[in-house]
Amino acid sequence: MNESTRGSVVFREVVKKYGQVTALKCLNLSIEPGRLVTLLGPSGCGKTTTLRLIAGLEAATSGAILIGGEDVTHLSATYRKVSMVFQSYALFPHMSVLENVAYGLTVKNMPRREAHEKAEAGLELVGLKGFGARLPSELSGGQQQRVAVARAIVLEPEVLLLDEPLSNLDAKLRRHVREEIRQIQQDLGLTAVYVTHDQEEAMAVSDRIIVMKNAEIAQEGSPRDLYERPGSAFIADFIGDANLVDCEVLAAGEGESEIALAGARLTLPTGAPGTGAAKLVLRPHQIRLSREKIAGGFEGVVSYGAYLGNQTQYTIDSALGELFVVTGETGQPIATGSNVWIGFEPGEARLVSA
Amino acid sequence: MQRTTWLWLLVGLVGYCLVPWYMTEGGFWRFGWLSGIAADADTGAGIWLAFLHGRLYLGAPLPVLAGVAAALLLLADPLRRARAIVALSAAGLGLVMLQGFAVGMNGPRFLTGLFGALGGAEGQAGFGAGATLTLFSLLFMLTTSLSAAGRSTGDAFVTGLIGLIVALVALFVFFPVSTVLVNAFRAPQGGLSLGHFLSEFFSADLWGLSCLTFTDQCGPAINSVLLATMTGATTTLLGLAFALIFTRTNFRAKKLLRLLTVIPIITPPFVIGLALILLFGRTGTVTAIVSYLFDVPKTRWIYGFGGVYLAQVLSFTPIAFLVLIGVVEGISPSMEEASQTLDADAWQTFRRVSFPLMRPGLANAFLLGFIESLADFGNPLVLGGGNYNVLSTEIYFSIVGTIADPSRTAVLSIALLSLTLGAFLLQRRWVGKKSYATVTGKADSGRHAALSRGVKIAAYATALPWAAFTAVVYSMIAFGSVVKLWGYDNTFTLAHYIRAFGIKHTAHGWRFKGVAWDSYFTTLQIATIAAPLTALVGLGTAYLLVRQRFWGKEAFEFSTMLSFAIPGTVIGVSYILAFNFPPIELTGTSIILIIVFVFRNMPVGVRGGIAAMSQLDKSLDEASITLGANSFTTVRRVIRPLMGPAILAALTYSFVRAITSVSAVIFLVSAKHNMATSFIVGRVENGEFGIAIAYSAVLIFTMLAAIVLLQLLVGKRTLRRTDRVAGAP
Repeated sequence: MNESTRGSVVFREVVKKYGQVTALKCLNLSIEPGRLVTLLGPSGCGKTTTLRLIAGLEAATSGAILIGGEDVTHLSATYRKVSMVFQSYALFPHMSVLENVAYGLTVKNMPRREAHEKAEAGLELVGLKGFGARLPSELSGGQQQRVAVARAIVLEPEVLLLDEPLSNLDAKLRRHVREEIRQIQQDLGLTAVYVTHDQEEAMAVSDRIIVMKNAEIAQEGSPRDLYERPGSAFIADFIGDANLVDCEVLAAGEGESEIALAGARLTLPTGAPGTGAAKLVLRPHQIRLSREKIAGGFEGVVSYGAYLGNQTQYTIDSALGELFVVTGETGQPIATGSNVWIGFEPGEARLVSA
Repeated sequence: MQRTTWLWLLVGLVGYCLVPWYMTEGGFWRFGWLSGIAADADTGAGIWLAFLHGRLYLGAPLPVLAGVAAALLLLADPLRRARAIVALSAAGLGLVMLQGFAVGMNGPRFLTGLFGALGGAEGQAGFGAGATLTLFSLLFMLTTSLSAAGRSTGDAFVTGLIGLIVALVALFVFFPVSTVLVNAFRAPQGGLSLGHFLSEFFSADLWGLSCLTFTDQCGPAINSVLLATMTGATTTLLGLAFALIFTRTNFRAKKLLRLLTVIPIITPPFVIGLALILLFGRTGTVTAIVSYLFDVPKTRWIYGFGGVYLAQVLSFTPIAFLVLIGVVEGISPSMEEASQTLDADAWQTFRRVSFPLMRPGLANAFLLGFIESLADFGNPLVLGGGNYNVLSTEIYFSIVGTIADPSRTAVLSIALLSLTLGAFLLQRRWVGKKSYATVTGKADSGRHAALSRGVKIAAYATALPWAAFTAVVYSMIAFGSVVKLWGYDNTFTLAHYIRAFGIKHTAHGWRFKGVAWDSYFTTLQIATIAAPLTALVGLGTAYLLVRQRFWGKEAFEFSTMLSFAIPGTVIGVSYILAFNFPPIELTGTSIILIIVFVFRNMPVGVRGGIAAMSQLDKSLDEASITLGANSFTTVRRVIRPLMGPAILAALTYSFVRAITSVSAVIFLVSAKHNMATSFIVGRVENGEFGIAIAYSAVLIFTMLAAIVLLQLLVGKRTLRRTDRVAGAP
């Protein structure tokens, strides 16, 4: 095996069908070694199927899967050099924590003592030194989660797979554990594939995000790419909140476009997907509200306001449709029913096809 | 993958070249065949028979095994190698089976010209050790290579297990049952005829309705259906009464009620019939008392519909009770609480909410009772007398009676089979879908509504007398065994026990002098061998059904469940018809008894296994697999330890059933291998009730002891774990 390809994952035109149902349409994918890549998407989009195909828990209907440059399409999960952290952790309830972590080593006939030493080291890495004699049921959810991670990484896999690893944890713990996972991944230089449906989690841990929809890839890129340059209305809405406003592109140029928006003509310093009907992406925090008239702005009425401590959220009925607006201005709330003016920086808005 | 294939190739070579192909006279383990492996035409191994003795039709394994070896040595590409071995071993399997079925005892049965030319004219004996080894080798080379060639995720262990279980079910369930079918179509003048079958099947002999007008006896099929309907309805009603008392009242003696559900499982099926004879027979206690008090003549009413019905209701009420406990408990208390907060009283809640929710469960219990009654053989045999016949006994008499008539036996079997299968399909398709089970994973903290006064009184009034009656019936077993001659000479004696189980000290040490020892030891031995095999096959099947995906899985699942609905009598008949001739000649051996138990009791293991395995998160297996364990290691280290209770249940059940079952066994026992139940039935037929009952009592105690022992053996591991959990900080 070539050292430079160790840990890479490549899908070549992989199709997966369950009877009549297509779970993956012709997927092409390439994951570089040492990166943490997230598969993100709504449920049923094929992200878990993709993960299970890498693990070898599902067999591809057609196409080829390469791990570390080797074709593993017909290799069963037992013999692939990948480990997986399951959503339910899947800790063996009848084995102690140490036995759980050492399991993968002992089934490969490593001497018991050596396996237990390595397992101890693995537990130490996840901060659970001294917990080896307990049963999984005697640990908290977060600790169980870390045992599952330790069990996967002591095998020194080429690729670490994580299937919604945080979904069984409460919100506060989730942020803490995801930082830990990211830390371990970077310390060990592991390739990791991470499945989640939570876009915030994906943005927080990933080098690269692959957004999937309807059994194919919708868009891939760095978290910043996806947020700032969404390729479609779906991505714009899925990665962070977005107001999608109907508009018409009159002229699409290089880095500049002219649109008609609610009867007004605007020039935006951004490219457009083409002329004709399109959607203008406005993030809630990019919209400015004012009681006074804004030049080039639009009129609207506040239909709902909610004070959340560090921010205020408004729903505005306007010529652009119903808009969701978030502002850090919490001092003087705008009363429901008030008339307001809406404005935005043309440079921040993006255009996507309708 | 390659190593496994080499190993099986080696097994195949041993089986083909070094072990006698046919069944040997002296038995395999005496090794008398060793001297004649190459020379003797009876005890020779396949390869020598084929090429030295001119039985060329046995030649197929040579090119196949050689081809596999060549593929292993010469083909470097694993995919092409696997495909080549798949093709070779599949062809080998097909050819060996084909010659086995084509060349019968007296020469070729079909393809006469071909097999005649290949040296099959003189006929052949049944498959022996050599043929079996060769077939296993071919089967496992096929499955191992299939897993290497296919796109399935299953590894060699899984495909091997699938191949093994499919082959076994095909051979020991489908093949015998289809033999029955073929026999039913066999016309007296030879050949197969649909007309003959139809006229036999729909004859008035079978379906006669004369008993409805009280002019004559009904046909056995009508008798069976009437009896089964009555039994199903009564057991459901009684079961419901017991279930309501058990779950919805503060009845004190609930533990005793629980006992009621266990005892029948360890009671051989005809024992209740025997006890009823002691109570209601011509010399029975109740008969004597009634006749003394009211001066009515003693009658033989117990021998007929009434007696069989009573015995079946006694036998099967516990089954309905077990089913209905689940149903009654399954109704979510929150529904009843909702009804009560809507101002309904206890009776309205029961009538308008609880009862409608139970209805599918009641239908289920009825159909189960219906099927059990149809399949019951022991009680009708003991109580039916000469003039009241149901299908299961009619089948028995048509094959062991004065004129053995395989064709009529087959037609009767099909009538019985279609009734049980019909009820079974109805239960699965209709009732199964209409279940209102409201048990969810969520903890439901509410309390079940108490019964209204009227329902409570009705339940007590139905159930308690019946419970008392059951207790009386069972105590008769204890009394009957220590009385000299029931009704005539009621002096206390242990003579029956001594005759059956006497031990005498002679000059040569202790000797088992009792007449029952032989069958008792045979029974224990066979049950001990059959129980772990049953558990293995049953739980293995459950593992495949719950955990693996493979082509044809639905059909596979359905067929394993279907075998649940095949009555024991039909199984017994089908085994006689199918395994009396080569290529699989097993009648008269103890192997056939073991096999019949394994495949008759397998569905219970499957059900228990499915229930237990569904509760194990599938990601546990997947975790083990992704950690580098293969399926076999996963089963051994993860699934098996977590399945303790299910394994125990399967072991216990199959052990107990092997001891108590009579319907299938009675066809298959031989002088050499007699079983306890058929021995007892023989005593009953001779009118020796004392010894029969004494033997039954010993059996019941044996099974109780076995259950306790198994609990201790298998249960230990689980206990230790519980201790550890409790002891941890």
